[in-house]
Amino acid sequence: MYILSNTTNASNFVEGVDKSFVIIMGISFVFLIGLTFTMLYFVYKYNKTKNPVATQIKGSTKLEIIWTVIPTILVLVMFYYGWAGWAPMRKAPDDSFNIKVVARMWNFTFEYENGKKTDTLFVPMNKAVKLNLNSLDVIHSLYIPSFRVKEDVVPGSEKMIWFIAQREGLYDLFCTEYCGLNHSYMLNTVKVMPDEQFNSWYVDTTKRVEVALDSPTENGKRIMKNIGCFACHSLDGSKLVGPSFKGVYGHEATVITGGNERVVTVDDEYIKRSIYDPNADVVKGFNKGLMLPYEGQLTDADIAQITEYLKTLK
Amino acid sequence: MQTVSQLPDEVNYLDYKGKYKGIFAWIFSTDHKRIALLYMYSMLTMFVVGVVLGLAMKLELIAPGKTIMDPQTYNSVFTVHGVIMIFMIVIPGLPAVFGNFMLPIMIGAKDVAFPKVNLLSWYFYVLGAVLVIASVLFGNGAPDTGWTFYAPYSFKSGTNLLPAIFGAFVLGFSSILTGLNFIVTIHRMRAPGMTWFKMPLFPWSLYGTAWIQLLATPVVGITLVLVALERIFNIGVFDPALGGDPILYQHLFWIYSHPAVYVMILPAMGAISEIIPTFSQKHIFGYKAIIASTLAIAFVGYFVWGHHMFTSGMSGTAQYTFSILTFIVAIPSAIKVFNWISTMHKGSINPEAPFLWAVTFIFVFMIGGFSGLVLGALATNVHVHDTAFVVAHFHFIVFGGVGFAFFGAIHYWFPKMFGRMYDKVWAKVGWAFFTVGFLTLYSPMFYLGMMGMPRRYYDYLPEFHAANILSSLGSWVMTFGLLIIVINLFRSAKNGAIAEINPWHGKTLEWTVPSPPPLENFDEIPVYGEKDGPYEY
Repeated sequence: MYILSNTTNASNFVEGVDKSFVIIMGISFVFLIGLTFTMLYFVYKYNKTKNPVATQIKGSTKLEIIWTVIPTILVLVMFYYGWAGWAPMRKAPDDSFNIKVVARMWNFTFEYENGKKTDTLFVPMNKAVKLNLNSLDVIHSLYIPSFRVKEDVVPGSEKMIWFIAQREGLYDLFCTEYCGLNHSYMLNTVKVMPDEQFNSWYVDTTKRVEVALDSPTENGKRIMKNIGCFACHSLDGSKLVGPSFKGVYGHEATVITGGNERVVTVDDEYIKRSIYDPNADVVKGFNKGLMLPYEGQLTDADIAQITEYLKTLK
Repeated sequence: MQTVSQLPDEVNYLDYKGKYKGIFAWIFSTDHKRIALLYMYSMLTMFVVGVVLGLAMKLELIAPGKTIMDPQTYNSVFTVHGVIMIFMIVIPGLPAVFGNFMLPIMIGAKDVAFPKVNLLSWYFYVLGAVLVIASVLFGNGAPDTGWTFYAPYSFKSGTNLLPAIFGAFVLGFSSILTGLNFIVTIHRMRAPGMTWFKMPLFPWSLYGTAWIQLLATPVVGITLVLVALERIFNIGVFDPALGGDPILYQHLFWIYSHPAVYVMILPAMGAISEIIPTFSQKHIFGYKAIIASTLAIAFVGYFVWGHHMFTSGMSGTAQYTFSILTFIVAIPSAIKVFNWISTMHKGSINPEAPFLWAVTFIFVFMIGGFSGLVLGALATNVHVHDTAFVVAHFHFIVFGGVGFAFFGAIHYWFPKMFGRMYDKVWAKVGWAFFTVGFLTLYSPMFYLGMMGMPRRYYDYLPEFHAANILSSLGSWVMTFGLLIIVINLFRSAKNGAIAEINPWHGKTLEWTVPSPPPLENFDEIPVYGEKDGPYEY
């Protein structure tokens, strides 16, 4: 029995988790319905018109014992199944396929051991996958409902999720810990592929070569999409968390530098500084501290391509 | 035992003319009954704000994408809704209104032990409320962190958080002082002959609650001060960027905020334990078992906070320990339900509005409790934690539990408090709309959470649409019921039929004094004899 029919056995944990759902909710429904009908029956049967004089009964030690012991046994059963479905989530097999997850406001990126970086989580079927969770700013939580897994992504702490995906297909992946403005847009897709297909995707570097041969502007756009710039900076001139990219290159901006206002022209140097040290010059009307430095994540070559792309946004 | 100790012409607390006139006769009054009404009207004001914010959220969620507001506004709306509803409505809720009004009368006292401190706690309440409202109206945007103020987001947010945090801190003092007052009152001021085991169950529940208020609230007070210091001086306790530990914040926050759930629900259970025997005209079933379960909940409730953090990265041992303790705390709640239902058995039931509220309280409380078992078990918690399922669960408990009990209590004690009876037909109509609306509003969220919809979500995927529409429709039906209830009560407080001293034929002491009660409740302090008791029908 499964609680979500379209996710039957989507991962190795579904069975254990859904079994505890069925047991807990099954017992609960029996009690809820039984107690509700008993209550309604009493309200009907002992209505004052039918039963003008109440019979005074002050209690019964025997009943108190019975209805203490039985629920105690039942909740211990529930506890056991909850524990049994959860315990295997705690330890990933040693030979798991490792993927590094980087969460930030407001996107996830997935980094593979061979250097591939994606915004969709690609995983092989029938193979233990271990997600090593890292957050660059606040607490996020990675949740794949179909796999029944969830773990908070806490800055400064080493945490992981592991699972074996068992059904080919696409699944939702959400952030479930409230993380600010665009929390509800912090969602991605999990793509589960059969082993061979995954392997050919994984080793296929032609895609990257292809991209590299593309125009620098396309490449710049791809880099920005992967690291999630567009969550905070719009392309159409609308104000989000940060200033829009529309017409940004070459225009004059009023910025706050160390508490003082000054006017700068957005050029290559300014863009580089804004990416490596975003809090140095904050555009007037926006808040400091929301963007993290990308020093170490992006190379100068990446930034040159980003700059080329920004130039095209008239 | 005496029946009525006053002369009928004695002036009641509403008409009493003291040193001050007009509004000062209220805001400077140390009479526990007037303070109770001050609380009730200030809470009603805040409740209206909270309900409007709730309706706005449900309207936003009626369709994916933007409906009426942008995401920043939505995030502030659910934050302020949470802060108001938790810190200003459900935590003070029954103790501040019915505890203040009824506790002294039910134990045969003329007032609480420290009437001036009692008034001071209301001042703190108002000050806290003003601070929270100030955070919305002034500064750099309304707080957007959620009512939980989780670190480190609460340090990153550029919004005007400090007044809201300070407001919650001040509200905590209001709660502590009320708790202290009730503990002393119950220990020292019970009527002669009213031994502990002759005390009615509502005062008993207030007693358990008061200890939690006194012992747990300081923890959140200290925590909020640390958040404020961290925001101002970057001291580095919670923010990992400064070497702090964000999980420590969650521990400290929930060490208070989970017991706070019992601050909300215990007095609600107490009120239900009064209503059911009165309308069944029957001795409460298992008096001592109900007391024992109250104390057990108050005690074990301190040790279950970790179940809010099963996905936060506690050790495995901590996780299953908290899980098993959470299941243990479910047992005393179950015992209460069994005893309430058994009280109805062979009673002579008069299904008036308060009784209907009590029966529906039991129903929604059971749903809230059973869904709590799903959240207490580790495997199922991982799936539904931080989803709409949790939102449904705690609304069934803190709004279903506290709300239904509050409405039951106000319909029960209204004739005593205002000396007039409400329109009984409209009371039942309001109850029916409210109940249907409530179930339509919150039940779909269980389904949404099972399907995986995260909470605190401004926008959602199309697969979550249908259930969200249903939920939004429910919010309108419920609000309609709420309007009927409030209008009926307000009209009746002025124009209702004059109420008798004991319209429901209750046996507790408040039904022996005139309606409304005189300034000092009793001319002569009642004396409990050998055979007297709160439920001796």
